[in-house]
Amino acid sequence: MDAPKLVKLTKKDLETDQDVRWCPGCGDYAILATVQRTLATLGIKRENTVFVSGIGCSSRFPYYMNTFGFHTIHGRAPAIATGLKLARPELDVWVITGDGDGLSIGGNHMLHALRRNVGLKVILFNNQIYGLTKGQYSPTSKVGTRAASTPSGSIDHPLNPLQFAIGAGATFIARATDTDAKGLAAILERAYKHQGSALIEILQNCPVFNDGVWDTVKDDAANHQLPLVDGKPLLFAGGTKGIRLSSDLVPEIVNVGADGVAPEALLVHRERGSSAYAHLISSLTHPDFPVPVGVLHSHEKATFDSMAHQQVADAVAKQGKGALSKLMLQGMTWEVGVDGIRA
Amino acid sequence: MESKTQTLDRVVIRFAGDSGDGMQLTGTEFTKAAAEAGNDISTFPDFPAEIRAPAGSLFGVSGFQLHFSSSEIHTPGDAPDVLVAMNPAALKTNLKDLVDGGVLIINTGAFIEANLKKANYATNPVEDGSLEKYRVHAVDISGLTVAALDGTTLSTKEKGRSKNFFALGLVFWMYGRDTEPEIRRIMQQFTKRPELGEANVKVFKAGYNFGETAEVFQTVYKVPPARFAPGTYRNITGNEALALGLVAGGELAGKSLFFAGYPITPASSILHSLAKYKNYGVMTFQAEDEIAAMGAVIGAAYGGALSVTASSGPGVALKGEAMGLAVMTELPVVIVNVQRGGPSTGLPTKTEQSDLAQALYGRNGEAPMPVIAARSPGDCFYAAVEALKVASRYMVPVMLLSDGYIANGSEPWPVPDVTKLDRFDVHHPTDPTGYHVYERDPATLARAWAIPGTPGFEHRIGGIEKDSVTGNISYDPANHEKMIHTRAAKIERIAQECGELDLRGDTSGDVLLIGWGGTFGSLRQATEELRSQGKKVSHVHLRWLSPLEPGLEKIIRNFKQVVCAELNMGQLRAHLRAKFLLDIQGLNKVQGQPFKVREVVAAIEQLLGGARLSEVNVPTAPTARA
Repeated sequence: MDAPKLVKLTKKDLETDQDVRWCPGCGDYAILATVQRTLATLGIKRENTVFVSGIGCSSRFPYYMNTFGFHTIHGRAPAIATGLKLARPELDVWVITGDGDGLSIGGNHMLHALRRNVGLKVILFNNQIYGLTKGQYSPTSKVGTRAASTPSGSIDHPLNPLQFAIGAGATFIARATDTDAKGLAAILERAYKHQGSALIEILQNCPVFNDGVWDTVKDDAANHQLPLVDGKPLLFAGGTKGIRLSSDLVPEIVNVGADGVAPEALLVHRERGSSAYAHLISSLTHPDFPVPVGVLHSHEKATFDSMAHQQVADAVAKQGKGALSKLMLQGMTWEVGVDGIRA
Repeated sequence: MESKTQTLDRVVIRFAGDSGDGMQLTGTEFTKAAAEAGNDISTFPDFPAEIRAPAGSLFGVSGFQLHFSSSEIHTPGDAPDVLVAMNPAALKTNLKDLVDGGVLIINTGAFIEANLKKANYATNPVEDGSLEKYRVHAVDISGLTVAALDGTTLSTKEKGRSKNFFALGLVFWMYGRDTEPEIRRIMQQFTKRPELGEANVKVFKAGYNFGETAEVFQTVYKVPPARFAPGTYRNITGNEALALGLVAGGELAGKSLFFAGYPITPASSILHSLAKYKNYGVMTFQAEDEIAAMGAVIGAAYGGALSVTASSGPGVALKGEAMGLAVMTELPVVIVNVQRGGPSTGLPTKTEQSDLAQALYGRNGEAPMPVIAARSPGDCFYAAVEALKVASRYMVPVMLLSDGYIANGSEPWPVPDVTKLDRFDVHHPTDPTGYHVYERDPATLARAWAIPGTPGFEHRIGGIEKDSVTGNISYDPANHEKMIHTRAAKIERIAQECGELDLRGDTSGDVLLIGWGGTFGSLRQATEELRSQGKKVSHVHLRWLSPLEPGLEKIIRNFKQVVCAELNMGQLRAHLRAKFLLDIQGLNKVQGQPFKVREVVAAIEQLLGGARLSEVNVPTAPTARA
């Protein structure tokens, strides 16, 4: 028998004939290109790949991927994807969502999909705004965001997607920026290979309703991003600065080197570290701190879909494959003879 | 003393007590004994939403009514001939239903001052002569139970809990039931705590022996076996039958079943049953909410699974938007609504048919769905099979309506030979040549069920309107209208699955009674009674509410008067009037209770006498305040 042929795809193979309808300059274009380019290199099969999305600008994504795709309803993509993954655990199921879709109207489903460790790869486009409904503030908008619905500035505190994922018990949590093709590609590959649920937050720019909200972070990456590298100290600014934990357990920025501390004094990143550590790092936010990017947390545990199928397999192994005609006669039965009287 | 034996055709007995008194168990066990004796049976459990309501309270009374008979019956009976009242509150809330001269068994041990007060009795009815028109048997069931367990290690509280078995033993004696199978069942139920099983058996026997020895009971009643069609029978509730029907439907489709649900009364037991059927390849998923359950079945259907969710009115309301997605993407799922009293939380443990309008219209946009209704506990099996068949054959979400009455009620059920049921094997296309997502089978208008994992079929679908062929997003006005009409036409095509109208009586006459769903038993029984008196009354019971069954309009036109009987304000009636522009009157009841046969008979007699039923049968008209 021939060895199975390795599927060799190109980025082009993953493009569809549909016109991409995002606004000019939208960060989604870069994300789409990186996803197409990366998936082509991973040996995926198009027919075994499904992109499920909710509602919002980002959720148009499936129309542009030449795989199976399901553009569903607002906030419910994780629930629909959970059903799909339970029915067909062998499929690669990706969920495309945004800060409004995934954390506001669909927050409950996101929480439970991550908590259960369903083998879904969730890509959350965070632009801190509602785009498709024309610019209302979102659950990740900073306090004071002036938007269509908040002319005096928003007054509720933003949700941090990484902290949400930690709280939910997600087994793979990462962050990238829309235009960092290399960084995003590395994370996509890691997420693809992860068995359980993965949450990837992408800092994405909406040029129409919230333009430049991540500009400082993206444009001056050296000083405003904190690369997370497993087993390495938390360094940024070309290695001249780092993150240390103060004696009262508060992270602080310190200089490193001749006029600062030794690298050994810095926190060392651990992808398999405690959730308390992950929470601490995820709390580093702009502008007080550089924004952590990379894989924040990763550990494997049994997935919900595999356990669900295991229970079915165990039941069959233990009780034997059920015969319907026997099930029909479960419990107390009796016969009525031709005379019409109970035997 | 020698007791005399009196033979009866049928008996309606009701057990009533605190919601923690075990009345449902007592009723269920006595039902099994009636089934064992070969009687026809019909049951009606009627319990409060509170799990353990405060002891002795009026609102905490739980009842179980059993109708057992030596002839064919369709309902659990209008009024009990025998009432077992375990406390004053049970007596207070149930006595009005007992027939005059009926047998009343009272647990005097619970008729203490505190309980009498809770039930608003100024004097003890057992002693004040107010029960004179009944045949009262005052028995200190509580005290005799504790006495029977004298010398056991059980606490006084534990001893008291067995009192329902005393009552059970007593009625076993009254109706000459065989105690041996019951003793075996009790021990089986308490295998984990055999000391409780033994205590319950002891009390059960004490109740039986009390009947035999006490001089108060002079008559033993005998209800001979009923005649049934030959076959194998079991006793079944609607939810049990529905769960079995779903498993059977999966097998007939050549598919394993995926079920997602969120706990809600009175639908939860469908999830419980299916969760036990894993070795039949059934996968169950308790979702985080109703919307997620609906989403999960859509996702599973997209993946090629035969998928079902079950809920009740409030949960179905939450699923509405997602149902629209299933309509739009034309995916086969079944949504079960075990209806309860509404609106809002309404009457969770009581029955009603008030979600028909929700089923027919309860989604945004023009989102028609086929709607099928089960008529009896055993029929839930066939309705479930039918719903799965239509869903997969026509690629549509199907709404299956049940209700709390048939879901919890039970009847003897001739177990079908599943190998003889028609198969409806599902096929997924594998040759992608010329595949278009929304191309349709000309006979059913179904699109092909192409699923992930099939090379060459990669496609995108979603909730946005799509091109009538390619399935790509389309905002074209003419295409939208075409798709709206196509989705509606597809539902109408399902009429070809309907078969003959279920008609009892002649095809023309004075009154046509139209019903649907769980009211079947009462309406059919009432029709039989009226017809036996020579009245020209016929009864049509609808299985499909959408599409409407062929021939319905024609038969409506053949009757002088037409009345639509429903446990709501007239939802089917409004629907039929709109469809046919015909005068249809309404017989309506919205009390969380099924129709009594005599209510239906009285209403039809009123009609035959020349009266017109009021638009809505509200007992007292609402009054405006000055």
